[in-house]
Amino acid sequence: MADVYLPSTLTPLFRDLPRRVEVEAATVNDAIERLDERWPGLRDRLCDPGPALRSHINVYVDQERAGLETPLDAHSRVDVIAAISGG
Amino acid sequence: MTQTVLLVGTRKGCFMLTSDGDRRDWEISGPFCEGWPIYHAVHDPDSGALYAAAASEWHGAGVWRSNNLGESWELSSEGLAYTDEGLKLSKISGLTVMPGRLLAGVEPAGVFESRDGGVSWSLLTMLDGQPGRGDWNDPANQPPGHLGLPAILPDPDEASHFWAVVQGVGIFETADDGASWTPRNRGLRADWPREHEEIGFCVHKLVMSPADHQRLYQQNHCGMHRSDDGGHSWSEITEGLPSDFGFAAAAHPHDRDTFYVIPLDPGHGRAMPDGHASVWRTRDAGGTWQRLDRGLPQHDAHLGVLREGLAIDGLDVPGLYFGTSTGQVFASNDEGESWSEIASYLPGISSVEVAVIA
Repeated sequence: MADVYLPSTLTPLFRDLPRRVEVEAATVNDAIERLDERWPGLRDRLCDPGPALRSHINVYVDQERAGLETPLDAHSRVDVIAAISGG
Repeated sequence: MTQTVLLVGTRKGCFMLTSDGDRRDWEISGPFCEGWPIYHAVHDPDSGALYAAAASEWHGAGVWRSNNLGESWELSSEGLAYTDEGLKLSKISGLTVMPGRLLAGVEPAGVFESRDGGVSWSLLTMLDGQPGRGDWNDPANQPPGHLGLPAILPDPDEASHFWAVVQGVGIFETADDGASWTPRNRGLRADWPREHEEIGFCVHKLVMSPADHQRLYQQNHCGMHRSDDGGHSWSEITEGLPSDFGFAAAAHPHDRDTFYVIPLDPGHGRAMPDGHASVWRTRDAGGTWQRLDRGLPQHDAHLGVLREGLAIDGLDVPGLYFGTSTGQVFASNDEGESWSEIASYLPGISSVEVAVIA
């Protein structure tokens, strides 16, 4: 099970969505799909229809910058980060 | 008891200001919608629902909805996307409540429709085939802060008849629910070269007189204009105003000849001229104009008001409300004769709408 850590800007948008979620997934894209099944609409908050990650959403897998196709293993840590911005 | 509710869209969430029928004392609540930038918030008088058009820098565009007068809100963007590869919906710019449905004007320019109270959406039209349409959505042609299709004006008498404003392009009319369109910009002024005779006009705000549905008014980038034939032709009525530029406008609910605007400096400061806050009113369809400033700051008030920033209610003696780019809300409960500041420290305001709830 990969461990997915979500940004604080996301959790208020979905009922009972925690900051940390465990999912069974082969890629980052799969992980987001699993989250979207449990919290419908979540994918739209992280991805453009492309599909691609939104321009100010960054994903790291085990501390390395990742994309939707980045593979996950059973012990991966996935950090989803809303880019820091001013204002 | 009658409740008067102002829905205020800001750069950092939606706020509500609530009063009774007297409209003297106001309570502020919010911010709602998780602090997302709100471009336009509206009330559906039939269902009682509130809707707020939003776009987050991080999490994209969507429409918030509340079915309990703001106690709780839910967000949806289901179906709010273009299927054309490369065309990315960046913001929901304007919302229009119509019987049984909600329309959203978006950027890039298009109209989406929801028939289930804002839960899901589908594309209604992108005005294909209109003159110049191929260039509208080219990012190279778009100014900063581009809103795409910011406004839809419905015909209260015919559900499939409405007008759409495309920013920097002009007004288009449809009588068949968006299947076909006609440009309605004849008589407007543009102070720049135009490639197409029928388009290239910068319409900031289009309103209809509730007392005469053929009578339209618009604040344009270049002047104030009036139409007496449902937009088929326009006449300029700027003379007597301190500037031909502004964004906001409102039509009196009971008198077809009374109309309000907020002229601004046309430079990129776009604030009220000379730091003197004023709303201007005509009572003779634009023949003459009166400055309304009692209770408004008259020195050093460099206030801006955006296209959805002025609202008027439908009570017997109508109240007017405007919100500024610097977070103040001013209200009048006597048709604009006198004003008071009812909120001072909100985030920059994009929109003000008023709902009178029995």
